[in-house]
Amino acid sequence: MTTEAQRAPTTAVQAPAKPRKVPKSDRAKAEARLGWYLAGPAFVVMIAVTVYPIIQAFFDSLYRYRLTAPSDKAFVGLHNYQVVLSDSLFWQSLGVTLFITVVTVAVEVVLGFGLALVMHRAVKTLRGLLRTAILVPYGIITVVSAFAWFYMFDITSGFINHWFDWVPGISENLNWFAQQGTSLFVICASEIWKTTPFISLLLLAGLSQVPTELDEAAVVDGATWGQRLRRVTLPNMKAAIMVAVLFRALDAFRIFDNVFIMTNGANKTTVLSLLAYRTSIVRLEIGLGSAISVLLFLCVIGICWLFIKLFNVDLASQRGEG
Amino acid sequence: MGAMSTRLKIGWAVITVVVLVYALFPVSSILATSFKLPSELNSGTFLPQHWTWTNYNQILGPNGTARDLFVPALRNSIGISLIATAIAAVLATLAAYAIARLDFPGKRLILTTALGVSIFPVISIVTPLFNLWRNIGLYDTWLGLIIPYLSLTLPISIWTLAAFFRQIPWELEQAAQVDGATTWQAFRKAIVPLAAPGVFTTALIAFFIAWNDFVYGISLTSTSRARPVPAALAFFTGASQFEEPTGAISAAAVIVTIPVVILVLLFQRQIVSGLTQGAVKG
Repeated sequence: MTTEAQRAPTTAVQAPAKPRKVPKSDRAKAEARLGWYLAGPAFVVMIAVTVYPIIQAFFDSLYRYRLTAPSDKAFVGLHNYQVVLSDSLFWQSLGVTLFITVVTVAVEVVLGFGLALVMHRAVKTLRGLLRTAILVPYGIITVVSAFAWFYMFDITSGFINHWFDWVPGISENLNWFAQQGTSLFVICASEIWKTTPFISLLLLAGLSQVPTELDEAAVVDGATWGQRLRRVTLPNMKAAIMVAVLFRALDAFRIFDNVFIMTNGANKTTVLSLLAYRTSIVRLEIGLGSAISVLLFLCVIGICWLFIKLFNVDLASQRGEG
Repeated sequence: MGAMSTRLKIGWAVITVVVLVYALFPVSSILATSFKLPSELNSGTFLPQHWTWTNYNQILGPNGTARDLFVPALRNSIGISLIATAIAAVLATLAAYAIARLDFPGKRLILTTALGVSIFPVISIVTPLFNLWRNIGLYDTWLGLIIPYLSLTLPISIWTLAAFFRQIPWELEQAAQVDGATTWQAFRKAIVPLAAPGVFTTALIAFFIAWNDFVYGISLTSTSRARPVPAALAFFTGASQFEEPTGAISAAAVIVTIPVVILVLLFQRQIVSGLTQGAVKG
């Protein structure tokens, strides 16, 4: 307690000025110690539940290791990676995963921006109602969303075929889950429905940070609505949009629930997460499954890296600490 | 706003209806399905012709065929999610306090780690955990799910709370100390009442995330001992082998959705501010 008492009054005085490069005082040391006492447990837990397992996965991926034949365990180097990377199913899953990621994120940004604009412009009473409605999909369990969409489109229990039989291509006999294209359509629809609210709330927060004077000035100058959107609003929201896109892209890349429930990977709809799950948990091929897990992890790192390089997104400063 | 033209009013009415339909249609669809008679499931209509509680009886009633699958799963889901949320809330509160309030080396490291963990592909750590849990006896236990759930709940809690805590007027603490309160008293009397809403909101968001989990739930459990609802739904079977479990699944889905909808209705404003504060510069 004494260390804390020593610290407390001084920080308020020092806070506005950035700490200088001076030799560390006892006070600073005490503060650092307290900081780590408080934040340490959370830090250790985070490391323990992610960094440790991924290192373990990397080790396991270097072994021929099957739980059905545990005594057969042997070091094989990068052989598992060779097996995975030469398997067409892996590349197909990667393709499907990327397809779902690109399609859902693209649709969600447009739809989410529309919703954000609606909420931004709505009068107060309406805004509350709209926000509440939009939060419902956010709060719903993904598996429930998957079942809801599945049953709507299902050939036996669904009603979509009856409602939309006037649309070319849709008839009472259309089995949405019997081929790749239509299956992916419903999978993406469920994913988009469930996650657009999150993106629209992030964009709404971004919208409210655009200085209103700029928009008003543009109105005075006679700019049309479209011009204002393109020249004033969007450039000022670039950072918010990029953060939203990156987070959603990484989330979409991990897609598992919707695919598992609707098709379980049938008709070429397997995604990477499902492939890893089936290899490790269902077929108990720990070595191969670990290799897929590591590859998936590297893909996520790669997407992050690509975004940061391409768009100069500084995540840390965007997300508060800066 | 009083001088809103009729055309504008109609426009907003249309927009509101479109948004409401968008947000609520799939939910209403599964709600309607849950009240259908098993024999009417394939009627191809949206609304049931005869409303019935049959499906709810099946998952909750004393003689329900899916009762043994659903009720333990509901208990597991509530227990595991609440414990994982509580642990995350405590750890994140301490960490966020330090981040918002103290100057110490490694602050950025902690925030960056939280960010990294939150984008971590869950499935990548399932394989090693699956193997480890089987060896040390945590497979198919509550603890075996609570630990990995922290990887979902902790990072977002730290970010959200750190943003909340930065906005607290900490001078109050000094003021209380000047008035003769000890450090601990100052913290408890002046800061806790201000911080509590942020902690509550964070816990709510973390609970949603834990409640939503499917990957861990289906990979790290094998019986009703620890299997949570989302995973259990994938194991539902019909009353007979010729019957699809559509009705029972719909009813179960409605039951696990109700608490979410109630929480959203009650705390809409807080959830929105919590979600956006963690993500956009606060």
